[in-house]
Amino acid sequence: MMGLAVQPMLLWSDVLLFVMIAVIVALLIWARRQDALRSAWGRVAKNRVAMAAATVLAVFVLIGLLDSLHYRARLDDRAGTAAQYAVEVHSALDALLSQLRLRGEKTYSAPLATHLFSREALENSEQREFPRLKHGGAHLGTDLAAHENDIALRLLLGAAGGLALWLLLLAALHRRYGVVFKPALKVGAGETASGAVLYTLLAIFTLFGIAVALGGGYHVFGTDKVGQDVLYLSLKSIRTGLLIGTLTTLIMLPLAVLLGILAGYVGGWVDDIIQYLYTTLSSIPGVLLIAAAVLMMQVVIDTHPEWFATTAERADARLLALCLILGMTSWTGVARLLRGETLKLRELEFVQAAQSFGVGRFAIMRRHILPNLMHIVLIALVMDFSGLVLAEAVLSYVGVGVDPTTISFGTMINTARMELAREPMVWWSLVAAFGFMFALVLAANLFADAVRDAFDPRSSA
Amino acid sequence: MLAYTIRRLLYALPILIGVNLITFGLFFVVNTPDDMARMQLGAKRVTPDAIQKWKAERGYDRPLMWNSAATGSAALTDTIFFSKSVRMFVGDFGRADDGRDISREISTRMGPSLAIALPTFVLGLFVAVSFALLLVFFRATRLDFYGVVLCVAMMSISGLFYIIGGQWLVSKILHLVPISGYSGGLDAGKFLVLPVIIGVVGGIGASARWYRTVFLEEITRDYVRTARAKGLPERVVLFRHVLRNALIPILTGVVVVIPTLFMGSLLTESFFGIPGLGSYTIDAINAQDFAVVRSMVFIGSVLYILGLLLTDFSYTLADPRVRLQ
Repeated sequence: MMGLAVQPMLLWSDVLLFVMIAVIVALLIWARRQDALRSAWGRVAKNRVAMAAATVLAVFVLIGLLDSLHYRARLDDRAGTAAQYAVEVHSALDALLSQLRLRGEKTYSAPLATHLFSREALENSEQREFPRLKHGGAHLGTDLAAHENDIALRLLLGAAGGLALWLLLLAALHRRYGVVFKPALKVGAGETASGAVLYTLLAIFTLFGIAVALGGGYHVFGTDKVGQDVLYLSLKSIRTGLLIGTLTTLIMLPLAVLLGILAGYVGGWVDDIIQYLYTTLSSIPGVLLIAAAVLMMQVVIDTHPEWFATTAERADARLLALCLILGMTSWTGVARLLRGETLKLRELEFVQAAQSFGVGRFAIMRRHILPNLMHIVLIALVMDFSGLVLAEAVLSYVGVGVDPTTISFGTMINTARMELAREPMVWWSLVAAFGFMFALVLAANLFADAVRDAFDPRSSA
Repeated sequence: MLAYTIRRLLYALPILIGVNLITFGLFFVVNTPDDMARMQLGAKRVTPDAIQKWKAERGYDRPLMWNSAATGSAALTDTIFFSKSVRMFVGDFGRADDGRDISREISTRMGPSLAIALPTFVLGLFVAVSFALLLVFFRATRLDFYGVVLCVAMMSISGLFYIIGGQWLVSKILHLVPISGYSGGLDAGKFLVLPVIIGVVGGIGASARWYRTVFLEEITRDYVRTARAKGLPERVVLFRHVLRNALIPILTGVVVVIPTLFMGSLLTESFFGIPGLGSYTIDAINAQDFAVVRSMVFIGSVLYILGLLLTDFSYTLADPRVRLQ
């Protein structure tokens, strides 16, 4: 009996993520046809910092998407039975990184080390010694003197490989689109930011090449307490960060837009009720409301184990619930902004003209008010992202973050924190988590700034 | 003024009732007390007796909203809603899981929280506003550009990193101050220095950048041009005119948080082992002590509403044109 070698699996968060990507693509196509939006995006595209940041973000998104293609591996067939699939859920990224995932050590080891971090009693020796790693530097055999040379060689090879890949890309661009190198690579003068994008890609390719070359023989960022490769954990954390940063805002946006416009345009008792609702919600300190809601959500999940077939599904449900809770506590700010803007728009001539033509209330809100609020929505979306990624780490520390089995920056930091008192210090998990998070958040912040400058009518003067 | 205050306080009442209903809904309706008991006791020790005992210890064995067994007003008062939620309005928060009175715990822990939060707030405000003014003074130069880049980079760093990195550098490598702990009186100083500095440094990126935007918006106004045309030096223009006029947007963002300083900071207090309200809250969250979390939610919103009221009053101080009526 033949079946697929893997069983594709869609977690709820994957579904939402792909729906979101589809919506963004649709919006982009729509925006291309609108002159005002096209010129605003044109301003973003000319901003060198923004485009460099966008390139970095795109790489993060690519990693996140690869990590969202989930499957369950097929177990060995026994004759006469239907195909059986493993309980563990893996993603395409896991498959690509199986080198990193499967080559675990026993416990902590420093970056690029060949030995474990702490002494242990060995079988055939009286003294306690640093045991040799199973995989880190295993290709060296007993020739440990070659360790440093090997690392240097791999560094060089990796960087050269990255450079070669980049040159290949340039050549391909030249063949396909007739890109001429000299003007395209010029940074500073010129109309486009192509130089910034290409140089960012060069940096990323070089890092990628080095990571591949070193990762083939060593643990680039060391291993954690149970011997997992820290580089692998960091890459897996990206998806969680992206999900929390985007889904949260998207979940709350429809509510915020609907209530904000209704309050601003309809006014009267509708306005009173909506204002009361968001004042009440926003008067509860954010962390506490989130903590209370997450505690209660935990009780619900724990008392209904029958809802989830696998632990991955349970962790996924918790992640989504966290997004939902974060969204419920953060829609108030956007709703307030939209209400204020709607109040202003309501008095403008084109809205009054529509009213005097007898256009219905809801048609006015949809056709005349909503399109003029989209820049606020977009700005809120990009501005909230980085804050949410940072918040995830804090919430996991407080104990109301993602499921402990979900790999995220927060859980990485939280487990590494326990080892801070150790002497000498186990620093690599922390540095890796903070480093990746910093790159993601900085890129998002820089990009968000450019988007705000381009779309905010006040700043374009 | 008095009439305005009273009216504002009356407006606050429905909001507080709303907060109360939300927390009640979250803690008692989404999950029944039985669910909570089962979760806290753990799978092994769950027996109907244990659940009953757990509920009785906490006073959760009463009906939710309406006690049909009682007579008269007791039908309303002898319920979870009345004893746990309504009583909060008179400052009765009940007991924590360890049996201590929450109100007393709060009043003793407010001191350490304030000792950290107040200096952090004042110093942070001063440093951020000065830095922003400096950037605005050198606007459209390289200094301004790199200053903004520094701000964006600093606000992209996780708050946890500032704390962990600061503790590592100052306490572990340089051995300047103890890594964590607290003591009353003047001794507290050496425990407070590091958390305050870390709090200030960690907050400077976002706030300095925001103040810079506020100042830049103000600097394009006509009165600034007039002041320069009179021949006033830029220093005077900035400090006397721009700073004063930018006070309203700054106050809007700043005064609200003053009362909430009492709540302390969750992260700082738990990392530095300071026995304030922030660490109290974190401990309660980790121990799933729902009574304490519920109380802190309520107090937090009371203080926030107080902050909104103070904001309005501060406008009249900053801008004589504003009248409250």
